[in-house]
This record gives sequence, structure tokens and C-alpha cells, in this order.
Amino acid sequence: MVEFLFIVFAVVAVGSAAGVVLARSPVGSLLFMVASLASVAALYVLLEAHFLAAIQVMVYAGAIMVLFLFVIMLLNLGHDYRRDLRLTLTALPLFALTGGIAALLILRFRGAEQAPIYRFFGGGDAIDAALAEQGAVGAIAHPLFTDYLVPFEITGILLLVAIVGAMALAKRHVDDPVPAPAPPAEPLAALDASAEEG
Amino acid sequence: MELDFSSQGHYLVAFVPELILTALGMLVLIAGVSRRLARDPERSFDIGWLALAGVLLAAFANGWMYGVHEVGTQAMIAVDRFRLFANWVLLGSAGLAVVMSMAYVDRQRLQAGEYYGLLLFSTVGMMVMAAARDLIVIFLGLELMSIAVYAMTALNRAERRSAEAGLKYFILGAFATGFFLYGIALVYGATGSTNIARIAVEVGSGSAQPALLALGVGLMLVGFAFKVGAVPFHMWTPDVYEGAPTPVTAFMSAGVKAAAFVAFLRVFTVAFDGVWDRWWTIVWWLAALSMVAANLLALAQLNVKRMLAYSSIAHAGYLLVAIVAANQAAAAGMLFYLLVYAVMNVGAFGIVLIVANQGEDRLLIEDYAGFGQQQPLLGVLLTIFLLSLAGFPGTGGFMGKIYLLQGAMGAHLVWLSVVLVLTTVVSYGYYLRLAWYMWMSEAPTPDVFHQVRAPISMRIALLAAAALILYLGVFPDAALEMARASVDALTAFGGSAAATP
Repeated sequence: MVEFLFIVFAVVAVGSAAGVVLARSPVGSLLFMVASLASVAALYVLLEAHFLAAIQVMVYAGAIMVLFLFVIMLLNLGHDYRRDLRLTLTALPLFALTGGIAALLILRFRGAEQAPIYRFFGGGDAIDAALAEQGAVGAIAHPLFTDYLVPFEITGILLLVAIVGAMALAKRHVDDPVPAPAPPAEPLAALDASAEEG
Repeated sequence: MELDFSSQGHYLVAFVPELILTALGMLVLIAGVSRRLARDPERSFDIGWLALAGVLLAAFANGWMYGVHEVGTQAMIAVDRFRLFANWVLLGSAGLAVVMSMAYVDRQRLQAGEYYGLLLFSTVGMMVMAAARDLIVIFLGLELMSIAVYAMTALNRAERRSAEAGLKYFILGAFATGFFLYGIALVYGATGSTNIARIAVEVGSGSAQPALLALGVGLMLVGFAFKVGAVPFHMWTPDVYEGAPTPVTAFMSAGVKAAAFVAFLRVFTVAFDGVWDRWWTIVWWLAALSMVAANLLALAQLNVKRMLAYSSIAHAGYLLVAIVAANQAAAAGMLFYLLVYAVMNVGAFGIVLIVANQGEDRLLIEDYAGFGQQQPLLGVLLTIFLLSLAGFPGTGGFMGKIYLLQGAMGAHLVWLSVVLVLTTVVSYGYYLRLAWYMWMSEAPTPDVFHQVRAPISMRIALLAAAALILYLGVFPDAALEMARASVDALTAFGGSAAATP
């Protein structure tokens, strides 16, 4: 049963990922992407990572994709994207490159319990133990607030900076609240004259 | 005080300078939107002074950190003298940039709270990069620094080129970030850790998967080369430096570059030390190409900001020589050079700001005609900065290049040293051309520069910068000793030492 479900969702995930690249319109691409992300969430459920699956649906398939959709629909209304999305031959070497890296990774980690990645990490057994002991949320939250506390806190500042930067740039076209704003680039002579008077 | 990072409180202590700067950054943001300050545009200076106070407090905390010692090198945050020396450079360039920005922010009606807040947060990102001993933390510091600088680049609403430069920098920067992150992922796949000390062990013992490691190292190299602006990843530099508000350009050319180089050095000479013989040729070519191409292209520039942009690419080339050499002397030389470079470059941009009338007006080289005759003090200061950038004996820039060359000769990089010396000679051409216009050409009208917008704080900062440049040029020993002691903390360079006879 699990294997059957895995095959179904894996095929949907890979197939709709191909659909993202091949779709003729950007909205179509986006909907394929939602399908792909949702089936990856289903794969997480099959791996018993329920918390990750919920987050995947809420954050990626939900919030981020809706934002994408809004931006595409709000900007460039009536623009014909067909020509922008044409698949050219230059993409082929890139496909070959990513395929090559994927093959390398598979060869590296296929059944390799002695791979360095497991030396510090503990592998599947460690995950099972943590899941049994702390549950799906605890297994993520505990390292996040202990081992990875520093990156977590820096991410907080990073998000603050992103919001401040976006607001500062978005505010650009609103009129200044400053009374009688001086035009920024008037000739020097005029300013100097006023400076001398003052 | 000893830190072993057994409890979370130790991280608080290890982060004191960054925490102070973050807190002051938030305070600056609040001051920027408070009604009393926002209504009166003249108050933008006050917000600038608040930001400067934040930088000084953080610098004070940085000095205090010399009394804190760490146990072991497994933590995500390094508390070593290398980081603290880098912090001096970063806080110095931030402080100078704040002073240089004040008149510009005021005259251009930039949003002072956001401007200074982003500047402080960006400095926090740089300091995190300098402190990081984990690739995840380096990545987050890099993004924190970059995102703040992207926004600052586009902040000038009166200039179309500012928005264009911001967008260009953002898109290309995000692209480079993708390379960098993919590199980190592959290095993690090859070694099983993102901790630099653990990666060094895995790479040194040869148990890391070679193909994955090579790909990861290569992609991370692309990310770093983009951030330091090395040829052929420099395409964004001239346009962004030209379009960004000039004080942001000054901050970017000094701080962003210094932070990227410090992290570059730590990652490549500590973590990837064991495979030095496989990456050094690539960095060799990056350094040589940067020095040759940037110095030749700078000769053809008519715009001062573009010329200084190519000059900064050339300096990235000089500094890359230290990374190729990967020995104690070269790394100490790099720290020394970063210090000098930050001071002299921000200083030069400060004078550019004054000539450009605290705006984006007079930026052509011929606009400098007669500046020296009418403003002798500022003219002398610009001449000092230009001579130091060119590497004239008696200035800090000269001693910095000498130390870089010492490091390069220690690693038997004869040809790279020859390229460095020859391109330095070429660089005299464009630096001295600006000085020639300033002193030897007649101004179009006799009173163009009779009144310049240079607040007293800015003049004092410029004088201090020039004094520091001359001091480091004549008495470099103290600063160099400090840099040497800082580099000793890295415990790196095994691979390169074993490979060079």
C-alpha cells in the first residue's frame, strides 16, 4: 500500500515538475508547481514526517504560490508570455548537468551507511529514535532551538531587514509627510544664496 | 572569561558587539518613524549621530571581546582574534560611511531611519560573516548584509539609475546566492557537516567524496567571487557602483568586500585547506584576470564612480593573491590591506561626495578641474587617498602591497607577483590623471568650488582617515603585528605549506 502510494505521488511530483517547465502560460506553470509541491507533501506523510508535510502545504503550496499568482496576475496584465517561455536548445546542457549531479548524489548515497553524512547525523535510526521520543514537532523544534539557535536568531534579523527594505522601497512614490519638501537636485547657486541669507 | 558554548548564554556573550549593533539598529528605525523626528527633515543628522553612537558602542564591545576566550573550535561562532580584527575593519568602514552619509541623506531627503537602520543591520551581517564557523551562519550573514545593501542601493528616489542599479544588483546577487547555497549543499553532501572545523577534518583525511567536493568548492568559489567582484564575475560592479547613492557605494566597496574576503579566507584556507592544490589555480586566474582587466578598463573611464568601481575590482585582484598564497604572511597582509583599503576608499568616495555637491551632479573626471586650487585642503586629502590607492611609497597602500607581495613570494607565486607589480604601475595612470585634473587644469569658472557642502564632522573624518593612511604607511609595524597575531588564531594553511616546497 505504502509503495503504491509512493509511486503515485512520486510520478505526480516529477510529472508536474516537468509540467512547470513545459507549460505554455505562467499561470499553468504555477498550478503545476502547486501540484508538485503538494505531492511532495504527501511523500513527507509517507515518511512519517507529518509536521513537515503540514508546513510544506501551508507555506509552499499555500502562501508562497498564492503570492506568485498575485504577482503574475497584477504585473504585466495582457502581456503575452508565450515567447518568453520558449524552450530552447541551450536548456539541454543544463538538464544534462543537473541530471549528472543527481546521478552522482544517488551513486554516493545508495545504501551507503558509512557515508560521511551519517557520521555526524546518525541516519534513519537516529531519526526514528527522535520521533519516538519527542514526536514530529519536537524532533524539529529541539535542534532548532538548541544546536541551530544561532542561525535561527539571525534569520529573525534577516526577515526584519527584508521587511524594512521592502517597505522603504515601496514607500518611494508616496508623497513625503515632510512639510514643503525641497526638490532634491536644485542648482547649487540657489541653495548657496539661501544658505548665505540664513 | 572562558566560553565553551555548553550553555546558550555563552552565545549571548560571543555575540555582544553584534547584539549591540542590532539593538541600536532597531532604535534608529524607531527614531526614523517617530513623529517628532520625522516631521523635521533637519533631524536626519540626529539619526545619523545615533547610528554613529551604535557603531562606537559596538567597537567598544569589540575591544572588550579581547578578554573573552573560547575553548575548542566546534562552535558555530568563532571568538578568535581573526574575527575581532575583521570587526575593526568592518566597524571602521561603517562608522566612516555614516559620517560621510549625513549631508547626503539630508540633502537628498532620503528616509534617514531606514537608511541608517539598514546600514547598521548590514554591518551586523558582515560581522556575522567574519565570526561564522559554520557554512549556514556564513550564508545567513551574507544574505543579511546583501539584502540590506540591495535596498540601500535603490533608496534614492530622485535618481532613476539608483532604482535600476538596485534591481540589477538584487537579481544578479540572488543568482550568485543560488550558486553559493548549492555549493554549501554539495559540500555538506560530500563531508556530512556544515561546520568548518569538521569539514577541514573530512577534507584533510581524504574521506570526502572528491567529485561532490570539487563541485561544491567550485560553486562556493563562484558565490564568493561575485561578492568580492572578481573578473569574470564583476559585470554588476561598475553599473551598481555608479547608480547607487555615493555614500552607499563607499560603504559597499569597503564593507561588503572586506566581509566577503574575510569569510572567503576562513572557508578556503581552513575548511578546504586539504584540497588547496586543486583550487589554487582557479583563484590564481581570477586574481590575474581581475588585476589586468580592471586596471586596463579603469584607464578608459570618464566617470569617477565607474573608475573607482574598476579600481575596486583591481583591488579584489590584489587581495585574491593572498588567498592563492594561503600562508601566514599573505593572510596577515590581507587583513592589513583590508584595513587600509577600507579607510582610503571611503575617504576617496567622501571627496567624490563633496565634489558631486552631496548629490549625483559632478561625477566626470573633467569636473575636478581646478578643485585642488580652490580647495587646497580637500585637494591634498584626495591626493593622499589616490596615491595610497595606487600604492605610492609612504602611504598605507604601499605597505599593504609590500606585505601581499611578501606572502606571494613565500608561496613562490613569481608570475602573480610580477602581474601585481606591473598592473600597479598601470593603475598610476588613472589615479594620477584625476590628481592632474584637480591641480593642473583651470576651472571653467573661477568660483565653482568656492563653496562646497562639507560639514565639519565630515572634514574631521576625512582628516583622520588621511592621517591613519599616512601613519600606516610610515609606521606599519603595530598594525601588522596585530594582523599576524590575528591570523595565528586560524590554525590553517597546512595544505598549502605541504604543497609548496
